[in-house]
Amino acid sequence: MPALTSAAGSRQVPLGRYAYLAFCALVFLFLVAPILVIVPLSFNAEPYFTFTEGMLRFEGEAYSLRWYREIVENEEWRRSLVNSLTIGISATALATVLGTLAALGLANAHMPARRLVTGLLISPMVTPVIISAAGMFFFYSSIGLGQTHLGLILAHTALGIPFVVITVTATLASFDNNLTRAAASLGAGPVRTFRKVQLPLIAPGVLSGGLFAFATSFDEVVVVLFMAGVEQRTIPRQMWAGIREQISPAILAVATFLIGFAVLLLFAVEWLRRRNGSAPARR
Amino acid sequence: MVLVVPLLLFIGVTFLAPLGMMLLRSVHDPVVADALPETLGILGEWDGEGLPPEAAYEAIARELTRAREERTVGQVAGRVNRVESGMRSLFTRTARGLQDVTEGPWRDVMVGLDEAWGQPAVWNAVRATGQRFTARHYLNAVDMQRLPDGSVTRQPEERRIYMSLMWRTLWVSGAITLLCLVLGYPIAHLIAHSPPRRANLLLLLVLVPFWTSLLVRTTAWIVLLQTQGVLNDILVAIGLVGDDGRLTMIYNMTGTIVAMTHVLLPFMVLPLYSVMRAIPPRYMDAAASLGATPAQAFRRVYWPQTLPGVGAGSLLVFILAIGYYITPALVGGSSGQLISNMVAYHMQTSLNWGLAGALGGIMLAGVFVLYVLYDRLVGIERLSLS
Repeated sequence: MPALTSAAGSRQVPLGRYAYLAFCALVFLFLVAPILVIVPLSFNAEPYFTFTEGMLRFEGEAYSLRWYREIVENEEWRRSLVNSLTIGISATALATVLGTLAALGLANAHMPARRLVTGLLISPMVTPVIISAAGMFFFYSSIGLGQTHLGLILAHTALGIPFVVITVTATLASFDNNLTRAAASLGAGPVRTFRKVQLPLIAPGVLSGGLFAFATSFDEVVVVLFMAGVEQRTIPRQMWAGIREQISPAILAVATFLIGFAVLLLFAVEWLRRRNGSAPARR
Repeated sequence: MVLVVPLLLFIGVTFLAPLGMMLLRSVHDPVVADALPETLGILGEWDGEGLPPEAAYEAIARELTRAREERTVGQVAGRVNRVESGMRSLFTRTARGLQDVTEGPWRDVMVGLDEAWGQPAVWNAVRATGQRFTARHYLNAVDMQRLPDGSVTRQPEERRIYMSLMWRTLWVSGAITLLCLVLGYPIAHLIAHSPPRRANLLLLLVLVPFWTSLLVRTTAWIVLLQTQGVLNDILVAIGLVGDDGRLTMIYNMTGTIVAMTHVLLPFMVLPLYSVMRAIPPRYMDAAASLGATPAQAFRRVYWPQTLPGVGAGSLLVFILAIGYYITPALVGGSSGQLISNMVAYHMQTSLNWGLAGALGGIMLAGVFVLYVLYDRLVGIERLSLS
């Protein structure tokens, strides 16, 4: 790949350089094209998934908000939003508290079997989700939590925990332990030390871990597919049904909303990462 | 240290116990053993050739009648049917027929109800499914079977499906990993060696799709690639293909590969980027000043330094790809399905949960090996998130 080196090397080979930039441009297009295409199509006045001639000529009447009206008025979509938020927020709260505690424990120098424990705590993230979902289906229905909100909250908490453990552990790696010693020497108890010294410093890591956990739950569909009844359907589950059964541009309206939401989450995480200086979320 | 305990317990109950339960199901199936205990006791002493004694007929007649009353006969019939086809209807029909019979000789009664009861194959099937612990599902998952005489052979040609599906999953995952590397390496390089402002902007183009819902991205590929979709419309409009020659780019393997490459590309770019960012540009300048051509400098100086990123990204993409379910299910059609889809099929449609568990167990073992490899090479605690 000589084209590559020309960018970093001092000798510029214009032709290779252009080929390299053109290739990169195509890859970036590949990355964002699906998002670029969904947003305008969600304003389609016709029930099609492709640009009508009117849309291409930018005629006002070719665009409409009918699909947005449809999802806002639809009982099922509204309920799925409530479910997604209930399950997502509950799972995030649980995962953040448990995950932060565990990360503090893991950071302790006397922690035995750290590698094994870390591996176990992170395992929900690397296990193929279809396998987790299958196991959870058996287990939660056998203890009477199949088709319940509580069952889904517990399942999503398990899936979100690794993200909290990883981000908080990374933040703690740059934490100066002398600060806790100083607090202790000034007479603060462990709880007070945690609240007044540690927590404010690791807060950005905790928050971004929480955001990751929320995003995981908010986007999760396989476990929901296996475990949820009609009453627990979340937004991704409703989209799944829409894609499989009655595909209508209303899905594109939901998708546009989710893209906006993703951008918000992304900016929140990036902002936290910058505040924290030590870049916990990215290696 | 004490702080870790609550989470460890929580993960143990909410995640590890379910996994254990699924693995248990793949080797443990008590349905037939619980329903036909006496019959199986008698069959235990039967030599497997000829017909079992009258006592076996008497026992199974009584136990089938009871199973019918307890509404478990359908489950029993389904289990035996997986070993020997035709058993489902035989069992339910016989159980129904036995209602009106009050006394024996039971062998004559049952053979009278269906001649199949006069064949050893039926009894062998009952005995085989009567074991509480069985390797049957694992044998089945690798296209093998155990014959009545206890020997293990390959399934007949038309029933071999899972091995080829596993190979397909492996090569598709490999192809996707390679595609991600080829597409991701140059852009990671561009981002890593751009001035900060531009680098941040370009990084956004990677991160926005990364944070966007998987279902949204999959929907987008349907919109782009389907026969009446945006890409085909463009191709027709510029005259590259005729209106009747629209390309089939989705609901097949192409759809699976394109959509999955898109979904997994950020997992390749981000580790590459973080490794490349740490490479000082003066190394390449030094190589050039020592007379290396750009190609040589790249091969001998730049590429070796990026290998940790290449390894981390490739392993991560590969691990994620072999477990993928949603994207192939939605855009893969019938030719673009992977092993996960088969697990889902047995969970939801065929209800052969033991086999689903065995396929899951094999996948889990494969992922575990890769996970350990990743831990050795990169370290799990450095698993990148964004």
